[in-house]
Amino acid sequence: MDTTNLIFAGVGGQGVLLIAELTAQTAVRAGHDVKQTEVHGVSQRGGSVESHVRFGDANAVHSPLVRAGQADVVVGLEKLEGLRYADFLNPVTGSLLVNDHEIIPGSVANAAEKYPHHAMDFLRHKGLRVVELPASRCAKDLGDGRMANVIMVGALSALLALPEEDWLETLKERIPAKHREANLRAFQAGRRLSTDFGSPFGLSGMQPVAGGHRDSGPLSPAKGDNHD
Amino acid sequence: MTKQLLSGNEAIARGAWEAGVKFASGYPGTPSTEILENLAKYPEVDAQWSANEKVAFEEGMGAAIGGLRVLVTMKMVGLNVAADPFMVFPYAGTNGGFVLISADDPGMHSSQNEQDNRYLALMAKVPVLEPSDAQECKDYIEFGLELSEAHETPVMMRTTTRLAHHKGLVALGDRVEVSRKEFTPDVKRFSVPIYRKLRRPEVEKRLERLREFAESTPINRVEWRASQPGAAAAKGSVGVVTSGIAYQYVREVMPAASVFRLGLTHPLPSRSLIEFCAAHETVYVVEEGEAFIESHLAALGATNMIGKSAFGVIGEYSPDRIAAAIAATPTAPMQDFSKEIAMLPRPPMFCVGCGHRTVFDVLRQLKVTVAGDIGCYTMGALPPYEAEHTTFCMGASIGTAFGLERAGHERTVAIIGDSTFVHAGIPALIDAVFNGSGLTLVILDNSTTGMTGQQPHPGAGTTLKGKPAPKLDLEAMVRAAGVKQVQIVDTWQRKEVGRAIRAALLQGEPSVVIARGPCMRLPEMKLSERAASPYVVDESLCTKCDACFKVWCPAITRTAEGFPIIDTLDCTACTVCAQVCPTEAIGPVDSRQ
Repeated sequence: MDTTNLIFAGVGGQGVLLIAELTAQTAVRAGHDVKQTEVHGVSQRGGSVESHVRFGDANAVHSPLVRAGQADVVVGLEKLEGLRYADFLNPVTGSLLVNDHEIIPGSVANAAEKYPHHAMDFLRHKGLRVVELPASRCAKDLGDGRMANVIMVGALSALLALPEEDWLETLKERIPAKHREANLRAFQAGRRLSTDFGSPFGLSGMQPVAGGHRDSGPLSPAKGDNHD
Repeated sequence: MTKQLLSGNEAIARGAWEAGVKFASGYPGTPSTEILENLAKYPEVDAQWSANEKVAFEEGMGAAIGGLRVLVTMKMVGLNVAADPFMVFPYAGTNGGFVLISADDPGMHSSQNEQDNRYLALMAKVPVLEPSDAQECKDYIEFGLELSEAHETPVMMRTTTRLAHHKGLVALGDRVEVSRKEFTPDVKRFSVPIYRKLRRPEVEKRLERLREFAESTPINRVEWRASQPGAAAAKGSVGVVTSGIAYQYVREVMPAASVFRLGLTHPLPSRSLIEFCAAHETVYVVEEGEAFIESHLAALGATNMIGKSAFGVIGEYSPDRIAAAIAATPTAPMQDFSKEIAMLPRPPMFCVGCGHRTVFDVLRQLKVTVAGDIGCYTMGALPPYEAEHTTFCMGASIGTAFGLERAGHERTVAIIGDSTFVHAGIPALIDAVFNGSGLTLVILDNSTTGMTGQQPHPGAGTTLKGKPAPKLDLEAMVRAAGVKQVQIVDTWQRKEVGRAIRAALLQGEPSVVIARGPCMRLPEMKLSERAASPYVVDESLCTKCDACFKVWCPAITRTAEGFPIIDTLDCTACTVCAQVCPTEAIGPVDSRQ
């Protein structure tokens, strides 16, 4: 198989690293070679947080870093952070899966006025596929706004060719018993959201939607890169 | 064989455990911190945080001379602190295996400089290992310990941020117990300063043996693709000499090139490298950091190489950067949206409820010059506070403030965290008192090493293994240094903090304010542990004066109607917003029901 390239982005405290890890572990469970990368330390104090996950055939994944223009999916837990990594997307087949949620940077002067509220329209205008999901609101409805990350990974799961049972096993293993049931519900809610906002697609077996306005209708398949 | 997804740092810890390491020490520092945190989970390993890197190194040195297998960890600037023993230990040589992890940070993700510590190892005449993935992070520990014992030398393993924090699949093994080697006190060997001239030739002889070892060790391997061993360079043939995680980028970007993958980068295998260069028309040298390998090749007379002139010396490498430098593979047109839309930066900031906030609010209002130090509080230099004016290295706040004062800047405050004070601040304070300073020092005492993720230190009361430990009495320590004016305040009582710092500034003698309050990220600070409730805004009392917004708490945002609203999931009940509210509209949620 081709290598699948994913980027997870958000704000420190949103649980970016957790869902990157869930995805990487699920890919391991499904028998793939996996590399993941993240940066710890100062960036976790309310700053931008990103993690790359790549998976594919055994011994075929060398670099942990996704190359620009080759990401199949960028998962943004916040709009500005989704925008920040949008240029990593494969311009033809990539999808930005973004939580329809804004967090104004706290240590930037007049940030509320400067915040790019129109970012997703801007990216659509650039021809990128953008899927906005109300993950934070949905998580609140489920009783805990902090589960937006798990809702987003649920939505992602509907786009990747990784078996659902592997996702569920990973979640059960990784999430503490106290929060397990709620998170499993959040995950399934995310899977449904993804379906509601467009047909689920896999990483193989479907043809990309060629050209045109690609922010409506069925999602195009995210195709892995070919450089391996 | 079981394979697990491990980070480079987790794999190093696993490798140390499997290879029979019995003692491990270090000081927290990104990107090295997780090694000891993971190693501490194994009951067979005596793992500890030390007061600073120099002490950690010396404790490890003693344990290795005493016959144990030892791992010592630190970030790259930590080795500057430990450079004193690092330069001398090789003269005596080790007994038990001794591996030092030096974690470099190309790109300065969490550091104040870029520093390629292979040059420190060159100075110390110590061999350097550079793994290139998580599996090698594990395997090279055992390799390094054996190399260390075979040549009686400390060994440095250089990691980088991307290597330390990336994850890959690692095949796990079992622990091998290694019995303690016998230690014979030998004055002529271990009393280096007195018998230095006896030991000096031994260092060179060892290096010569290691140079031969470098030619044959399997961790220096050539993957022949574009040419063959001994062949003359074919037209267009490309070879790459690389080390560390850059090897993975090369594999990704240049699949057709021959690759000389160096796992041992000091000393270098000169003969093999010359042969490799001769077999290719063009040789790229791809190494993160300085031109360490490249300079060596140049000294050997190689003329067909391209290194830093193409790839650059500043910052972190990536597949994209290497591809752009050689322009070998067409890359997708790189879009740069930041030119067309406000891609606001998102710098880090103080956490919700952080006790540092009141201190920086006072310093901002007092308009004093602030000499800062290394820790979360470097963020006091950022808006909205902009109240930390110098920051250099661990413990530098006090000496810098002293110097500023001598230069005539009387209203200068030094600010330092408790862990950093223990690490390198104490001698500076003793010196300031001794040399007649009138400085004001604020110690932010949050009972932990905050920035690196809440590691205990001698003032915290527990060890890395979670055992209770004697708690360093900071007040007594400061008084013992000769400071008579010492005030201790609750860091969340903003008026008290202001009064104390203002009073300290009026003293004509050294004055210390200890702003005390545990880091909100410590488990004992959870609301449930403190039987506290989150705070809420009573809109019927709120006049929208915006005083609470001036606390700059990330949990306080604005409703559509313009009222402040506190995120009850994030609120830590630090009470500071309630203290500034003139109409008592803010209070704990349970008092409002």
